[in-house]
Amino acid sequence: MSWRPGRLALGGAALMLGMMAPAYPQSAGDEAQMAMPFGDPMGQQFFSHATLDQFEERIGAGHDGLRWDGEAWAGSDSNRLWIKSEGFAGGGQVTDGQHELLYARPVSPFFDLQAGVRYDLDSLAGRGWLALGIEGLAAYSLKVSASIYASDAGHLAARATASFDALLTQRLILQPQIELNAYTRPDSARQQAAGLSAIDAGLRLRYEISRKFAPYLGAAYTRNAFLTGSGADQLRFVLGLRAWL
Amino acid sequence: MSWNDDTSGPRRLLSRRRFVEGLTFAGCAGATLWQNAPGAALPAAAPATLSGPQLELLIGPLAVNVTGRRRLATAVNGSIPGPALRLQEGETVTIKVTNHLAEPTSIHWHGLRLPSDQDGVPGLSFRGIQPGQSFSYRFPVRQGGTYWYHSHSGMQEQTGLYGALLLAPRVAEPYAYDRDYVVLLADWTDEDPMTVASNLKQQSSYYNFQQRTLATLAHDVGRAGAKATLEDRLMWERMRMDPTDLMDVTGATYTFLVNGHSPAANWTGLFAPGEKLRLRFINASAMTTFDVRIPGLALSIVAADGNDVEPVTVEEFRIAVAETYDVIAAPREAVAYTIFAQAQDRSGYARATLAPREGMTGAVPPLDRPALRSAADMGMSDMAGMAAMDMTSGVSNADGVDRQRLAASPFVDNIAAHPQSRLGEAGAGLDGNGRRVLRYTDLKALKPDADGRAPVRELEFHLTGNMERWVWGFDGRKFSQAAPIHLRLGERVRFVLINDTMMEHPIHLHGFLFSLENGREGQLPLKHTVNVKPNERLSFIYTADTPGYWAFHCHLLYHMEAGMFRTVIVA
Repeated sequence: MSWRPGRLALGGAALMLGMMAPAYPQSAGDEAQMAMPFGDPMGQQFFSHATLDQFEERIGAGHDGLRWDGEAWAGSDSNRLWIKSEGFAGGGQVTDGQHELLYARPVSPFFDLQAGVRYDLDSLAGRGWLALGIEGLAAYSLKVSASIYASDAGHLAARATASFDALLTQRLILQPQIELNAYTRPDSARQQAAGLSAIDAGLRLRYEISRKFAPYLGAAYTRNAFLTGSGADQLRFVLGLRAWL
Repeated sequence: MSWNDDTSGPRRLLSRRRFVEGLTFAGCAGATLWQNAPGAALPAAAPATLSGPQLELLIGPLAVNVTGRRRLATAVNGSIPGPALRLQEGETVTIKVTNHLAEPTSIHWHGLRLPSDQDGVPGLSFRGIQPGQSFSYRFPVRQGGTYWYHSHSGMQEQTGLYGALLLAPRVAEPYAYDRDYVVLLADWTDEDPMTVASNLKQQSSYYNFQQRTLATLAHDVGRAGAKATLEDRLMWERMRMDPTDLMDVTGATYTFLVNGHSPAANWTGLFAPGEKLRLRFINASAMTTFDVRIPGLALSIVAADGNDVEPVTVEEFRIAVAETYDVIAAPREAVAYTIFAQAQDRSGYARATLAPREGMTGAVPPLDRPALRSAADMGMSDMAGMAAMDMTSGVSNADGVDRQRLAASPFVDNIAAHPQSRLGEAGAGLDGNGRRVLRYTDLKALKPDADGRAPVRELEFHLTGNMERWVWGFDGRKFSQAAPIHLRLGERVRFVLINDTMMEHPIHLHGFLFSLENGREGQLPLKHTVNVKPNERLSFIYTADTPGYWAFHCHLLYHMEAGMFRTVIVA
């Protein structure tokens, strides 16, 4: 019955997409056309940005490697398409490669609902997932996201992230950050344990030479419940660049 | 407090260099232009003045260098600002506008009472002026006073398409003056305006380099104590709002201009001691509210938005985007006076000089401390008693929404719980600064109300926004989501504005002059633009006596583009 969780997730996704229909009317319908009898020359309504949040060398204990975590969006205020990608390249292989394609809609002043697909693509076995999540700004300006996934292999997964920008000066910014990944079943082909499988936390101090270009240094802690030995828990020094355009 | 020590990259304030245009724009401004040496002194000339009833304006690209970098601006007849236009009340004017840009353009006559098809708003009045095409505006001049014109297409207001519109009244002004100067304030950025808009969508604090930090925490604790400081900071963090959010686009990218001159280029107006100067202040900025003073000179405000008021003498006045003030100043001594116009967030200033001779300069005062937003701005103050007026019966919301419906909109991040009348306040950063600052309640029309009838209909608008998403609108709706407002021809109507946001919004109504209900019964001041403070509830009355499609919008250019715009249909 391995299709069940997948179908469940599909049904869930459809339900959530239905919920995305806003409680607040988003269009005035035919009458809106009357607002501009000579056509609508209003300004640009579509925007796009790409952010490389983490692009860093992780150094320590024989597990050096390159970590990336980035996202891009394109669309309007009400409808956006997101691409997210993260992973780690080190020791001759790529791990932790998670990539998502999501459609997002605002559901509250500070939160978007996101639905789409995730594919785990790296040196390990590939996995496809349906994705459903919420992302936004929580009280105290905490940037958070929470997502659930249902895989083609009948697994469920969840991911939560949080980060906070603490301004030391106008340009020197300290950012604590954490990402948690959990799975309903172990998956040895992907080095994943059941339960809370992976933690990726960091503390980064960046200097915004400009808003869009900020080198940083810091420390990253990773824990993989599947692994044993020196790879299971790692605290590494990081040197990287945060950039967006 | 130097305004540019925390902005991206080295920013030098070189003199503005004006590139003299060739015979024709020919669509390639840079190629045939002659260029001044960097930092060359400019003659202290006002932009050219054209007088009318028959005028021709050419809109085209112009290579300029405001900050040391060469950029393309949008100019009228090869100058920024465009030429001042002098028109005579009672005459019918014909103004032929030709577009030499590669994109559509338009000119809107800001504050003028004219037929709606001459109002110059693409989409509403006409289709705009296409590249290579001309449009001849033709309308009777029905008023006198200081107004201005600007593009209503794309982001051309930001790139230089604006100028003074001086309407000579049929009856002489009730005040005397020896010299007449336009003081046109503007903001200039080297960035593409669409980049500015896009940056704000991604990070609303992009241009704010005056945020609270750990460094300022130490300072605040020293001043207010640890407990109060911490509580205050936690409150703002909990709300996901920023009390330093005074302007969305700041001196981090802007250079502030007087008559096209940067502070270093220092536009100068000459006088002989003992003369009376009429200074026509026009805020043609895209996004900047200015606080203006001329240290050493009393400023007699004689007109607001082109309409005469009983003279009121102040030391300082706030001029929101699109407002105009006529000021009489009488320097007695043969010294240089500085016209000092601080941006509301104190991230920079525009500066010019009044002097008996060329080349003289006066002291430039230091920038004031930037203000902080308060709980009162958020509508959280305890003045619940004041809220009663918000419940005035008979007022219906223009979109049929109430607070609950508003709260359901993802584009509304705050709803003022107890909006108040704030017309008696000078505004953020001004109240209590020790100077006599103009307030809206000071404005009293010189002439009694022409139409004293009570309004037959009252329409309420919430000014709403979401700072984090950087979306702005009325009643929780962007323009693209909203229906037009319908008024009956001849109907006398009251608009009630409630500002739910944490920012000021200079709200402008096209085609009409409205009576601001500031308590000066019988002599309410006539305005075309009113700056609504955070958590403020104000109202104005007008008679919808001109049919057609009219724009009603926030005059902060990027707010308008983000959705704070409505169509008013009078039929």
